[in-house]
Amino acid sequence: MPSVIQTAGLRKTYQLAEPVHALRKVDITIEQGEFVAIMGASGSGKSTLMNIIGCLDRPTEGSYQLDGTEVSGLDRNQRADIRNQKIGFVFQGFNLLARTSALANVELPLVYQRTRRFKNSAKRAAECLERVGLKDRMDHHPSQLSGGQQQRVAIARALVNQPALILADEPTGNLDTKTSLDIMGLFQELNAEGVTILIVTHEPEISHYTKRCIEMRDGLVVADKQIENRRDAREDLANFTSVTSL
Amino acid sequence: MKLLKLLDVARQSLLKNKTRSALTMFGIIIGVAAVIVMMAMGTGAQKNIEERISAMGTNLLMIRNGTNQRGGISRGAGSMRSLTMEDADAIRAEADLVEAVSPTVSVSGQVIGAGQNWFTQTIGVHYDYLFNRSWDLFEGNMFSDSELRARSKVAVLGGTVAENLFPDQSPIGLSIRIRNVPFKIIGVLDKKGQSNFGRDQDDVILIPITTAMFRLSGGRKWVNDIYASAISTDTAEAAEEQVTEILRRKHKLVDGQDNDFNIRTQTELTEMFTSTTQALTQLLMWIAFVSLVVGGVGVMNIMLVSVTERTREIGVRVSVGARGSDIMIQFLIEAVALSLSGGMIGVLLSWGVANFMQNSQGMTMIIESWVVAAALGVSVSIGLIFGLFPAYKAAQLDPIDALRHE
Ligand SMILES: Nc1ncnc2c1ncn2[C@@H]1O[C@H](COP(=O)(O)OP(=O)(O)O)[C@@H](O)[C@H]1O
Ligand SMILES: [Mg+2]
Repeated sequence: MPSVIQTAGLRKTYQLAEPVHALRKVDITIEQGEFVAIMGASGSGKSTLMNIIGCLDRPTEGSYQLDGTEVSGLDRNQRADIRNQKIGFVFQGFNLLARTSALANVELPLVYQRTRRFKNSAKRAAECLERVGLKDRMDHHPSQLSGGQQQRVAIARALVNQPALILADEPTGNLDTKTSLDIMGLFQELNAEGVTILIVTHEPEISHYTKRCIEMRDGLVVADKQIENRRDAREDLANFTSVTSL
Repeated sequence: MKLLKLLDVARQSLLKNKTRSALTMFGIIIGVAAVIVMMAMGTGAQKNIEERISAMGTNLLMIRNGTNQRGGISRGAGSMRSLTMEDADAIRAEADLVEAVSPTVSVSGQVIGAGQNWFTQTIGVHYDYLFNRSWDLFEGNMFSDSELRARSKVAVLGGTVAENLFPDQSPIGLSIRIRNVPFKIIGVLDKKGQSNFGRDQDDVILIPITTAMFRLSGGRKWVNDIYASAISTDTAEAAEEQVTEILRRKHKLVDGQDNDFNIRTQTELTEMFTSTTQALTQLLMWIAFVSLVVGGVGVMNIMLVSVTERTREIGVRVSVGARGSDIMIQFLIEAVALSLSGGMIGVLLSWGVANFMQNSQGMTMIIESWVVAAALGVSVSIGLIFGLFPAYKAAQLDPIDALRHE
């Protein structure tokens, strides 16, 4: 089975007044079933890497194989199709369509599918909402949902096309501690079911719930280690709730 | 992406901004309604003119005196005095392509009846005049051949004259004085209404032409007009030629000499009036077209605002796999939905306005189905044309910038 992500000599240079080297030489390999956190100071190149891995952007140089396919040279439309079939995004700001039901939001990627993988897209979207525990909120609009619930809808949307990879850029950045734990618990569950997840975070606590942590500085990978003493978000949430309810 | 989905997305996003959608449609609504109302007016006026001209008489040939041109100065239409009773007799005898020939002599002046005064036009005519003009009698009779020969002092009144001089009674058998000569009223004409020139055609009195020439005009020789009817529409042109040949011979005009008369056929009259209404319709169409373009610019403006406002939405759609073309089609469909809805409301509005004008203003309004179809087609085109640029802009957005957009 091919690696989900395999990059070699990935570079990204922004040509401004003087060139900005956002990524300088990134080689990473991520296998199916991994749960990886990318950490690093602001400006270290995390988002740039995420955008390239998510096929929203192209590297200036280097190769990137997603699920065994070289994608660094694809054009706009091909990248759109790759995103549609292989990638699920979760954003810090949820990025749900306003005044649109949770179900329609989750269905959105299937609206653009060209392969007809999922014939009954509404049924598939409903399954995913059920999976994230929002079976009874399908008709609610984002404004009628809490932040945690909105992020669950976003996660359901990321799951709907059975992607090879879920990419989450600061998924807990807008959430309080309790809700963050809840969302990390959901990610852990999904990962246990075999979903490959890559999250960007600057909070070290969050990385403790993942399996592997990649640290970046100035466009370079400076550390890449497995997490020892991995924490269980559901347990921490239970403890957290009992402490606060005292 | 399925069309049905796209239409649904467009419907939802237009409904999300009801007020703005409505305001945007306003320009299109007014433009489309204006186009249809103008066309309805134009078509109605055209039909009116056709009806009035055919009411002048079927296959009518109007023979008039020529115009004097001395030193290049026109002395007014029909200023020559070339047509005579003998001309009319010759046409009647020789032209087998015409029937019912009636020369006319106009005498204007004061008319007194039942103690009332009325200033009107008295026309001396042949009794065939009624056939030429497709005119029927409301009551009484037209004068007879013997009355014509006898230069009898009998009169047939137009509806307006009868109403003004004898408001509460039938004038048949009563008498009137025309230029102080007493006449016996033997008939009243049906009402014809206004002519194309806006003159009241019923403000007239018909008397035998012989009487007019010898008892009212001191034995004048020339006549004003000669009315004749071609025996069929197809031969109207041949009839015109035949009459021309007879008159040139009677007037002893040699080759190269201009006619001292002119002949108008009904077809020519129709064309004359049609061209004026067409010019008017065209002008109005241009105004309507400009208002449609203004409406289109409104659509473009709103679509541009919408693209900016929904940058994040576009980013989200692109991030989950929408291609540039999907985004483009989405915005184009929204623009077309907007302008087409405006167009349809415009059609309804124009229908209401046309009905109102017809019922309250008595205007003839005719909405032809092709005009409605064309107006809707134009609405769709406006949506497409003016939606293209905003849609293109939306499709070109960089997904990363779009997702980051506040
Ligand atoms: N579109 C861009 N144009 C120019 N410079 C950019 C652009 N995006 C990112 N950068 C620069 O690249 C570097 C890495 O940025 P980024 O990947 O966003 O870092 P992080 O997400 O780790 O905070 C920064 O120095 C940033 O200023
Ligand atoms: Mg970042």
